[in-house]
Amino acid sequence: MTRVSLPEVPNRTPDEQSEHRLAEIRREASEKGRVTGDGVTPAGAPFPKASAETGYYGVPLLKEPQWTPEVPVYLFVGGAAGAAAVVASAAKLLTRDRDLVRSARWVAAVGGAISPALLISDLGVPSRFLNMLRVFKPQSAMNMGAWTLAAFSSFSGAAAFANLMRERFADALPVRIVEDAAGMLASATGLVLSTYTGVLIGATAIPVWNDHAVSLPHHFAASGVNSAVSILELMGHSDSRALNLLGAAASAFEVYEGIEIETRRDRVNQPLKRGVSGAIVRTGGVLSGPLPLALRLAAMFTGNSKLRRAAGIASLAGSLLTRFGWIRAGHASARDPHIPLDLPEKVHEIGKSRSDLAA
Amino acid sequence: MNHTDTYPTNGHHTNGHHTSAFLTDSTLCIGCKACEVACKEWNEVSADGYDWSGHSYDNTQAVGHSTWRHVKFVENPTVPGEGGNAAGQLPAWGFSSDVCKHCEVAGCLEACPTGAIVRMETGAVFVQPDVCNGCAYCVVSCPFGVVEKNKEDGRAFKCTFCSDRQAAGLKPACAQACPTESIKFGEINELRDEAKLRLEALKDRGVNDAVIYDPVDTSVKGIHAFFLLRGDPRAYNLPPKPEVPTTYLKKAWSSAAVAAGAMLGATLLAFLGDNHR
Repeated sequence: MTRVSLPEVPNRTPDEQSEHRLAEIRREASEKGRVTGDGVTPAGAPFPKASAETGYYGVPLLKEPQWTPEVPVYLFVGGAAGAAAVVASAAKLLTRDRDLVRSARWVAAVGGAISPALLISDLGVPSRFLNMLRVFKPQSAMNMGAWTLAAFSSFSGAAAFANLMRERFADALPVRIVEDAAGMLASATGLVLSTYTGVLIGATAIPVWNDHAVSLPHHFAASGVNSAVSILELMGHSDSRALNLLGAAASAFEVYEGIEIETRRDRVNQPLKRGVSGAIVRTGGVLSGPLPLALRLAAMFTGNSKLRRAAGIASLAGSLLTRFGWIRAGHASARDPHIPLDLPEKVHEIGKSRSDLAA
Repeated sequence: MNHTDTYPTNGHHTNGHHTSAFLTDSTLCIGCKACEVACKEWNEVSADGYDWSGHSYDNTQAVGHSTWRHVKFVENPTVPGEGGNAAGQLPAWGFSSDVCKHCEVAGCLEACPTGAIVRMETGAVFVQPDVCNGCAYCVVSCPFGVVEKNKEDGRAFKCTFCSDRQAAGLKPACAQACPTESIKFGEINELRDEAKLRLEALKDRGVNDAVIYDPVDTSVKGIHAFFLLRGDPRAYNLPPKPEVPTTYLKKAWSSAAVAAGAMLGATLLAFLGDNHR
C-alpha cells in the first residue's frame, strides 16, 4: 500500500501552552472525573439496555446515508438515459424509424446533461466536483460511476449533436460516421450507467443494500429500460411494437423482482416492506411491474395506444418511486443495529429493575 | 506468535515510521470523558449541543463528524465470580472510549472516489480536508458507522489519529489527557502483545469475561484501534463480524455485467422482431 507523508492540514503545532492545557484536563479528570453514580437503569423505568441481546441501548451502529434527494432522482435519470442510448443504437441498426432514433438520442443526451448537475448539487463542496476524476479507482463504485457518467455525457451529447447536424444540414458520410460511432460508445457506457448504480449502493455497509448486491443491478437495469421506453412512448412513439415489447419485458422482470422481495421474510428485508420505505418500494413495484405489464399486454391485443400511454406514466412514476424507496430503505436499515451487531431476533428488551439486577 | 506474519506490516517500516495504534483498555476507564474534551479542544471540533439520551449517563451517543472520541457507558449486572464486583453492588460499570478503528482494510478509504481518504505513513486512515468534496460515499461504506459528513461544512470528518501531533513526535490528545492510561498509544505489534499480557493478568485475577476486540479474522483484517473489554463487545456497539463493503464488489459487478448483457440482448431482440417497418 502506498503511503503519503503527513499533510499540511490539520496543521496545529503543539506548544507549551497546548501541552499544559492537556495536562490540566488530565489533572482535573483524575481528581473529579470518576463516575461514582448508580447509573440510570437501576433507578427503574423501562429504559433500553446495553447488552449482548439488545446492543448499545438500541443506538444505531451505522450512519444513515447523507445523500440529498438529487441522488435517487439521478439514479432514475441516469438509468433512463443509459437505456435510451441503447434503444437509439438498436433502432438505428435494425429499423428505419429515424424519428425514434432521433428521440432516443435526445433522451440520452438530455439525461446525460442533467445527471452530472444532479450529482454535483448533492456534493457537500460542489466546486470540487472534478476531484472525482483526479484518480481512477476500480474499487470505488462511485469513482467508476463518475468516469462512466463523464464518458456517457460526452458520447450521448456528441451523438445527438451529430444527429441534429445530419437532419438539419448535411447527410454527409463523416457526420453519419460520427453519429453512429458516438451512439455506439454512448450505448456501451449507457449499459454501465444503467446497471452500476446497483453496485454503487449494493457494495456498502448498509445491510438491506448489500443483501441485494446481486439483484440490484438487474432491478435498476429493468427499471431504466422501463423508464426509457415509457419516455419515448409519451414523446409520441406509441406506434413502435418493439418499444411495447421491450416495456412489457422490463415490467415482467419488475414483477419477478417484486415477488423476490415479498417472499423474503428475514429482518434485513423489513425496510422494503414495512414503514414509509416499505410503502414507497411496494407502490413503486406495483406501478412499474404488474400494472404496466397488464396494460401493455392489453394494448398488444387491442392496439389501443391510450393503454400504452397509461403504462408509460405508471412505469415512470414507479421507477422514480423505486429509487426513492430503496434509498429510504437504506436509512431505515442503518437505524436498525440488529443486523450489523448480529443480535438475536426478538422484540427490543426493556431494562430490568433494580431488584431484578440485585437478585 | 509473530505478528508480522499475520498482519501485512512489512512495508510499513521502510520509511522510518512505525505503524501506530490505540489500545483502549476499558477495565481502566473511569468514565471521565477527558479524552472527549481533549480531542475536541486539540482538533477544534464544534460542539454537539446539549441533547439528553435519557437512557444512560451517555449523552454523546456515538462518534460522528464532531465527535472523534466517545465514552460508552454500559451498566452490567454484577455476576459473582467474574471478578471486580460483589453481588448486590450496583452496577458493574463498563466504560469504553470509542474511536475510529483505522481499519487495516478500510471501507471508507476503498470507497472514496476522489482519493481524499488516504493511508498515512503512521498507518492512520485520514480524510484530507483539502481534497474531500463531500460526496458522502464513505458514510455508507464504514462498517463501524464512524465517518460522517458535516452538513454545514459539506465535507466528511473523523478521527485524524492526531496526525499533526504524531508528526511532532507526541501522543494523540486523547491518550495524552487520559488520567488512567486506559487509552494507550504505541507501536501496533507492541500494543497487541501488551493487550494479551493484560488479558492474561486480568484472567489470573478472576476477571474471566475480559476479551480483546480486534476483528483480524474478518475482511477488515484487524484494526489500528483495538479494545480490551469485559463481556460481549455487542453491548458496546462493536460488530462481531465487520465487513469491508469491497467484499461485495465482485458479485455486484458480475451481476451488473449480466444485467447489461440482458439489457442489450432484450433491446436488440425487441427491435429484431419489429424490423419489418
